[in-house]
Amino acid sequence: MTSASRIIHQVGKYLSLIVLTALLLIMLAPFFIVTLNAFKTPDEYANKGPISMPQGLYWGGIEQFWKRVDFTTKLLNSALISISVAILGVGLSLFNAFALGIGKVKGRILLLIFFVVANTLPHEALAYPLYYFARLVKLYDTQLAVILIFSVIQSAYGTYLLSSAFSTFNKELLEAAMIDGCSKIRLLLNIVVPISMPTLSVLFVFFFIWTWNEFFLPLVMLISNSKQTVPLAIAVLQGQHLMDATQSAASALLGILPCIIFFILFQRTLTRGITAGSIK
Amino acid sequence: MAHKSASLNKGYAPFLIPGVIAFLLVIILPFLVNIGASFTKWTGIGTPKWIGLANYVKLIGDVNFWASFRNNLAMIIAMTIIPTIIGLLLSAILFDYIANKFGRGMSNFFRAGFYLPQILPVAIAGVVWGWILQPGSGALNELLKSVGLDSLARNWLGDASTALPSVMGVMVWFQIGYPLVIFMAALQRVDPELLEAAAIDGATWLQKFYYITIQLIRPEIFVVVLTTTIHALKVFGQIYVLTRGGPGTATLVPSYYSYQNFFEKANVGYGSTIATVMTIIIILLTIVFINVQSRQQVAEGF
Repeated sequence: MTSASRIIHQVGKYLSLIVLTALLLIMLAPFFIVTLNAFKTPDEYANKGPISMPQGLYWGGIEQFWKRVDFTTKLLNSALISISVAILGVGLSLFNAFALGIGKVKGRILLLIFFVVANTLPHEALAYPLYYFARLVKLYDTQLAVILIFSVIQSAYGTYLLSSAFSTFNKELLEAAMIDGCSKIRLLLNIVVPISMPTLSVLFVFFFIWTWNEFFLPLVMLISNSKQTVPLAIAVLQGQHLMDATQSAASALLGILPCIIFFILFQRTLTRGITAGSIK
Repeated sequence: MAHKSASLNKGYAPFLIPGVIAFLLVIILPFLVNIGASFTKWTGIGTPKWIGLANYVKLIGDVNFWASFRNNLAMIIAMTIIPTIIGLLLSAILFDYIANKFGRGMSNFFRAGFYLPQILPVAIAGVVWGWILQPGSGALNELLKSVGLDSLARNWLGDASTALPSVMGVMVWFQIGYPLVIFMAALQRVDPELLEAAAIDGATWLQKFYYITIQLIRPEIFVVVLTTTIHALKVFGQIYVLTRGGPGTATLVPSYYSYQNFFEKANVGYGSTIATVMTIIIILLTIVFINVQSRQQVAEGF
């Protein structure tokens, strides 16, 4: 290689890095700018605009928004709904997949196709009847309604994923347990569950985060302020001209933060899972 | 042995009972009621009135529905086509170039950064961008003014000519991370020796990218295209937060249109019709998806 072409190579190498970094900065700019402005006083925003650096850390906007929407309650609502759905959804998926993936009950191919289709159904096609039934049985505007609905919706995906994971389950192990007179429920709880714990934990994290992020059905089902989830509370407050720009930025930041925390906590589980079950 | 495996397969059916009941109540019954309601005139109160196919006839002549359908196609461009192309290029550059020259850590860092928008709830992504795109002294307008491009500042979401492109831009930003992560995982399968051999034979980077990389990760490209197309057809949260379908019908999408009919206009029958048509399109796509995927799996000897 001549020295000239080596220089071109070196330049190209760093040029590509610079271009990618510029792209990355554009991608991350919305996070930066919202964070910057969440810590400005309303005066500072009015005088210097949205793209100046804040002069100090002003927590007033965040505090006011937190109190105004009672953010603690929203966090608890979201946590309650998401954890309940994760537990119930994994449980339901486990039972279904035990029968379909390990038991290989008759008609399982049709059932699996049904679960895949159910997983892709638009929630709009269920929303009004669900809303109507919920009113009939006095579950409208309760977290329980949202928990029950999403446990079933999420388990459509879970059943599909777990069934394919179970279809490669160690047959000798199952047969040995059956010969020892192990009942089906003990087979499930003492053998299948412990061995498939890694897959179950991926599902648990998925269900938790998906449910946390949901918007449409919670919007339909939860009307009172005290019942709403984090994304719902933040989203419905926008457009009402009660909030100044800094408080609005603070609200966006409060919506972002829990997700960043989940991402850091669950990063390894998530990257493993995204590539394993790319159907969702 | 046959006897043993036969007994192994007995006694599992009861485990399906909770699932079957739950799916009947939460998915199947509401789904059938929704289809039923699409043949009626119903405000949501009182008895629905059977009107046959009238809602479907109305739908075919409804300019708002066609506007929403056209916007759906715009969403497919913004959520499927552009992110898939950018995702392919970025993943190949990160995997094949950055990882080689600067190490895996660097390429993983970029991957995580580009993926970050994907971790947000759709509604929060909408809130963030709604804030940036505010008319008057919103962050984007101020940024343009600060670099002397005052004439470009405008009411991004409120102006019929810029609302749809703005929403599309937000969608591209939100979606890029998904194909990128899937494709980078898929590229692990590509044999570096194959690429080296092609390079020795004089193939350019673009030729290797097109003739080797893309061909080898075709199953993943297919999965990404279909799943994001389905997401694009269902898009709701961002529209609700950013524009409520407006101005006029500039950013109206079918899901928001059905929501309006259900809960704002008390046209439950018509809303159900829109939702049913959406469902038919999505199920057809899903069937194509399953078919092609299983044919691919057979071809690959799974």
